[in-house]
Amino acid sequence: MKIVIIDYGAGNIQSIQFAIERIGYNSILSNDPDIIKNADKVIFPGVGEASSAMAKLIESGLHILLPTLKQPVLGICLGMQLMCNKTEEGDTEGLHIFDVDIKKFTTNVKVPQIGWNTIKNLESPLFSNVKEESYVYLVHSYYASLCKDTVAKTNYGIEYTTALSKNNFYGTQFHPEKSSDIGEQILRNFLEL
Amino acid sequence: MITKRIIPCLDIKNGRTVKGINFVNLRDAGDPVELASIYAKTGADELVFLDISATEERRKTLADLVLKIAENINIPFTVGGGISSIEDVAVLLKNGADKISVNSSAIKNPTLINELSGKFGNQCITVAIDAKEIDGEWIVHLVGGKVPTDLKLFEWAKEVEKRGAGEILFTSMNNDGTKKGFANEALARLSTEVNIPIIASGGAGNIQDFADTFIKGKADAALAASVFHFEEIKIPELKTTLQKQGISMRID
Repeated sequence: MKIVIIDYGAGNIQSIQFAIERIGYNSILSNDPDIIKNADKVIFPGVGEASSAMAKLIESGLHILLPTLKQPVLGICLGMQLMCNKTEEGDTEGLHIFDVDIKKFTTNVKVPQIGWNTIKNLESPLFSNVKEESYVYLVHSYYASLCKDTVAKTNYGIEYTTALSKNNFYGTQFHPEKSSDIGEQILRNFLEL
Repeated sequence: MITKRIIPCLDIKNGRTVKGINFVNLRDAGDPVELASIYAKTGADELVFLDISATEERRKTLADLVLKIAENINIPFTVGGGISSIEDVAVLLKNGADKISVNSSAIKNPTLINELSGKFGNQCITVAIDAKEIDGEWIVHLVGGKVPTDLKLFEWAKEVEKRGAGEILFTSMNNDGTKKGFANEALARLSTEVNIPIIASGGAGNIQDFADTFIKGKADAALAASVFHFEEIKIPELKTTLQKQGISMRID
């Protein structure tokens, strides 16, 4: 199986690659459109600030390719957010794969949310063998509202989306590569889709 | 609901753990990766590695260690100690660290916080503050708490938040090493003065100290070293006991 982690200069790619190794697969890092197109599974990471990450994606030309991919694609954290319509962070236009906007937490909570929280209303093969109210690791200041593509919810002052799914596209706000055994199960589920 | 976090801290010198480690099941007491793996498996929510090396090869040794840690553990970790530039941070994050912490370098050059959070996002920038209460005033200290500065804790905390810190790791030097509990009054006040997560550090002696710092001190996370390294407190028992007191804990 060819697993490609998109390397566009904005992601904790090393940790994702190690997590994939721990569950028994190899992956490659690439920003080459041909390699990405021919992969069996594509992971789209993202850490940092949205507008500069999007700028890097555009620079690599991958913003055109990504929405046209046919194989399973998993966006993680900021990667997931960039797959949405737009984000308040740096007033950034996203890839319009998931029909939802990203907003900043404004309720009476500490921002960023850093730590372990539970996911519920799990409705995706991403979560097979994952129990409702399992703990995952989150670190973010912006969130996706609930929408028709929501396949996992979390409460942090408000209920919001922690996973999205539409056709071959998946996204998690949490970091499966840092979410202990549960996270590895979710990554495995994605790789075995 | 978001849980409170339990964070063991490992002091690292030249790629090895330094503080007395007395773990029954450890083959190599100096191996940070082995110790980190045990903590990850027994329910630590996060780990902090504090590098205290003073050699010239320090940066490379630390970067190599971070890579090994990322390869072997599946929970988040923070790396601190001697970090003073964008290049330092870039290497550590690239090698798999989730967050970095800055302390003295941020005091000497506060714009470093702006630069780091601008480049890497505030979610991965922890500012560590060592402070000591002197005549009723909390004074920020440098060099592992040895040298007093002109900065006052609460003002400095607000400033680092404004400059882009994503989290504050507050060590009370009055409490550190005493095993008599965390500085809960100062911690509670910090939580009202800033709106970013606060990690409590210094003073952990028993399980009740953790309960107190989460309830009275309103801390979001609690960090300790020796009570964990000497197995005076075991993390599974700690978390179960705290949960019974109504404190939200990650227990799988």
